[in-house]
Amino acid sequence: MAVEMRLPVARKLLSESVGRDTKKHLVVPGDTITTDTGFMRGHGTYMGEEKLIASVAGSVERVNKLICVKALKTRYNGEVGDIVVGRITEVQQKRWKVETNSRLDSVLLLSSMNLPGGELAEVQAVFSDGAVSLHTRSLKYGKLGQGVLVQVSPSLVKRQKTHFHDLPCGASVILGNNGFIWIYPTPEHKEEDAGGFTANLEPVSLADREVISRLRNCIVSLVTQRMMLYDTSILYCYEASLPHQIKDLLKPEIMEEVVMETRQRLLEQEG
Amino acid sequence: MASVALSEAEKVYIVHGVQEDLRVDGRGCEDYRCVEVETDVVSNTSGSARVKLGIEDPSQTLGGHLPRSEGLLTFSKSHFGHTDILVGVKAEMGTPKLEKANEGYLEFFVDCSANATPEFEGRGGDDLGTEIANTLYRIFNNKSSVDLKSLCISPREHCWILYVDVLLLECGGNLFDTICIAVKAALFNTRIPRVRVLEDEEGSKDIELSDDPYDCIRLSVENVPCIVTLCKIGYRHVVDATLQEEACSLASLLVSVTNTGVVTCMRKVGKGSLDPESIFEMMETGKRVGKVLHASLQSVLHKEESLGPKRPKVGFLG
Repeated sequence: MAVEMRLPVARKLLSESVGRDTKKHLVVPGDTITTDTGFMRGHGTYMGEEKLIASVAGSVERVNKLICVKALKTRYNGEVGDIVVGRITEVQQKRWKVETNSRLDSVLLLSSMNLPGGELAEVQAVFSDGAVSLHTRSLKYGKLGQGVLVQVSPSLVKRQKTHFHDLPCGASVILGNNGFIWIYPTPEHKEEDAGGFTANLEPVSLADREVISRLRNCIVSLVTQRMMLYDTSILYCYEASLPHQIKDLLKPEIMEEVVMETRQRLLEQEG
Repeated sequence: MASVALSEAEKVYIVHGVQEDLRVDGRGCEDYRCVEVETDVVSNTSGSARVKLGIEDPSQTLGGHLPRSEGLLTFSKSHFGHTDILVGVKAEMGTPKLEKANEGYLEFFVDCSANATPEFEGRGGDDLGTEIANTLYRIFNNKSSVDLKSLCISPREHCWILYVDVLLLECGGNLFDTICIAVKAALFNTRIPRVRVLEDEEGSKDIELSDDPYDCIRLSVENVPCIVTLCKIGYRHVVDATLQEEACSLASLLVSVTNTGVVTCMRKVGKGSLDPESIFEMMETGKRVGKVLHASLQSVLHKEESLGPKRPKVGFLG
């Protein structure tokens, strides 16, 4: 039994410029990015008075002639082809409303579902008002069984080829583009039928639970230090956290230590 | 209370985890989340304290209004279960109550701010606020919690009234415990100016305030109780439940414990039922955990005080 009380310490983010040479060009809404009209404007910018002005607060990214501003903190904006994890909040006649941490609830039309009860879906179309229409394309998607949901900011989930990861430590992770991360025990054999229509409600073993809790705390640590989430970063963080007890990972100083080590390893791997 | 929507499978996972003494975040059934206590955060009060429970996600704040989806208020917050309470204590002079003429008293007011969750918008937070305030009244409604006689200036005429205002900034589960810790810390921090009653020849009394602004009396908070909330999940009970765990629990027991392990009051909340054996077990756990809670809080408060007035203050922008 442990009750730990402490005095507050001003929280500091670990130095971002470890190994990075260029400083990021940060802007706030209304800032002029450039007066050069030769650039194409991307997301987060608009043209006004012959200048390119930022409309969101974030860092400027430039790819050849395209300038866009990547927002630091945002609600999820759906893109076609994204994988999302959502929570069904409402059932209507022909469709289901899904909460995906975006500006408006997403819809899941019954006609675009393979099985009733779909919760893991792919973005099919984006309506003009920003609402997102989902569909579950194959049996790989569908209702999720037992596991843990962690909600993070969508800007921290790296866009990758695949968002389903079976980690070697014994659990699987689905990194939804909308910031909802689902951690669940790796199913022992892939079931081709039903696809999870009836959720498996048997108790999960203690070893699996420990892995899942540790992963959850690792993801929380990475997010508190604003690090991007992808399979490698989560795995390195998991391995760096092994010497500590799972509940110790909730303490701020241990979190910082683990994330520092992860960052070190990631930099070594890159360079 | 703010609620989270959970699917059946998630609830089953949480319940089974509690059975095995391994909760979702790795804690055992009797472990608290990390608590941060800071006193003297509001400058124009006689005493104040801010208590934070859990991890704060620096990027997620409730900025922007999310439209409710046609009447359903299941709003899942994107943060990791963090509770934030601010308590301010103001000491004012007033007349004592008729039946307790030589004692001062405490008045509690709880404000569930709309910052905590959208459910508290408008008058939504009033019910919860009155419930918490009533619980606080009950806990302090005994002779030994606070020495009310020390708040008396002159019997039947003047006494100190301590107005304790509680502000809920974030609701992440386990409200009662955190509020009680914050109230205790704020009362520890309270400085009441020392006054003297001068009586002149005609018999009229005059109250004189001491010239030195640092000359004040402090309250002894040794016997102020702390609440321990025990939520029944499955066949076991947990201490310091997060919002998700509270959604899986049908019944909870609030036990108010002093630092010596004496139970001052008990209250059951929730729709479900508890059988007498569980209540007895939960009470024993509450007493055990309560003693440890008090010891930690005392040591933190004394440590903060020993740092002196020059200590670095974190405040609200840290």
